[in-house]
Amino acid sequence: MDIPYTTTARPDTGLWNAKIGIWLFLASEVMLFGGLFSAYVFLRLDALPGYWPHGLLNVPVGTMNTAILIGSSVTVVLAWAALKMRQFNRYKIYMGITILCGIIFLAVKLAYEWPDKFQHFGAYIRQDRLEKYEEYLGNHHMLERGLEPRVEITGHLHNHDALHDPNIHEYEVQLDQVNAAPTDPASDRPHFWPLPKSQKIAVIEKADVEHAEMFVPKHNTFFATYFTITGLHGLHVLGGVIVFTYFWLPIGANLYKRNPEHLANRVEVAGLFWHFVDLVWIFVFPLFYLL
Amino acid sequence: MNETQQPTATEVIADGHVKAGHAQEEPMHDDHSHVAAHVNKYLMVGGLLLLFTGLTVFLSYVDFGTHKMNMAVGMVVATIKAGLVAMIFMHLNAERQLIYRILVFTVFFVLALFFLTYLHWYDPISR
Repeated sequence: MDIPYTTTARPDTGLWNAKIGIWLFLASEVMLFGGLFSAYVFLRLDALPGYWPHGLLNVPVGTMNTAILIGSSVTVVLAWAALKMRQFNRYKIYMGITILCGIIFLAVKLAYEWPDKFQHFGAYIRQDRLEKYEEYLGNHHMLERGLEPRVEITGHLHNHDALHDPNIHEYEVQLDQVNAAPTDPASDRPHFWPLPKSQKIAVIEKADVEHAEMFVPKHNTFFATYFTITGLHGLHVLGGVIVFTYFWLPIGANLYKRNPEHLANRVEVAGLFWHFVDLVWIFVFPLFYLL
Repeated sequence: MNETQQPTATEVIADGHVKAGHAQEEPMHDDHSHVAAHVNKYLMVGGLLLLFTGLTVFLSYVDFGTHKMNMAVGMVVATIKAGLVAMIFMHLNAERQLIYRILVFTVFFVLALFFLTYLHWYDPISR
């Protein structure tokens, strides 16, 4: 049985069916991401001074991933155009590049960006003990410059056991530059190229710490929203890659032989989804990496 | 449906272009020669988007006075980029009426959603 209106317009809507279908789906997607983004706005505006971290993400890597995603948006539209012009070989090439871009994007996210966060440690100092760690926080200096206070000490955790062992009473942290030289404006975040860790090691007593863990979602509101939104976005990228791969395999060629316009329309619809995923990233990138 | 008017695969692969005017029922913007003319535009828009990405990164390190101002600038650039993607890549510059009708509702509801978030500033309990 043939599915009706895959290539011809339905008289009452003036469109082939999948086109309406995808736009209705994208409308619901706008609400899904809209909900998360409005939560982000809510949480960020209400963050206490110093509690919304800046410059913890790797900007060059994020910029590269943005460029990769934009590139794949171009190639998917070119793949569709190639089908429209009945150039199947070109379609295969452009679609192949698109799939590759999606995989690279995910690989960077899962093999580098997220694990990098899981290996980064941060300790929020109790409000009444901030003065004790002044040499790492430099809050007198921050006050002079009219900047928000620092409440967290970050770096590489040397005694990893301290996270779980109640008999260990302090954290040994190889400090990030910002805590090693807190009064030097040059070590301030954000930075385009991430600064290397300092050689300085600080000992932070657990009793002085409000809470401390690696940069996992529960560490703070920033990472909770970051992992939620980039995670959901990553799932969308994965979904797109799977659908594109399905069209790229011989199953796509078979459909092309039967009805090239049908394959073109399928690619157009999947492409619309892909552009939407790109569009979401266009907002995610500046909000989390840059601002 | 209009299977008979579709070119066969051999025909297609042989000359790489479609001959039969199978697209009578389709809107004008799907015309094949029209698509060919658009390829350059897609490449240009892609380049423009990359340029704007660089601009977003650059502008985030420029001090516009307050952080709110930097935020606004960043969002304006992102909105321009999003507009380009929606208009050109997603063909919203020339789409059917029905799609726009769907999107009007979407825009309305997503704005309502953000408005509800905004209202919490006036919540006497949380402030």
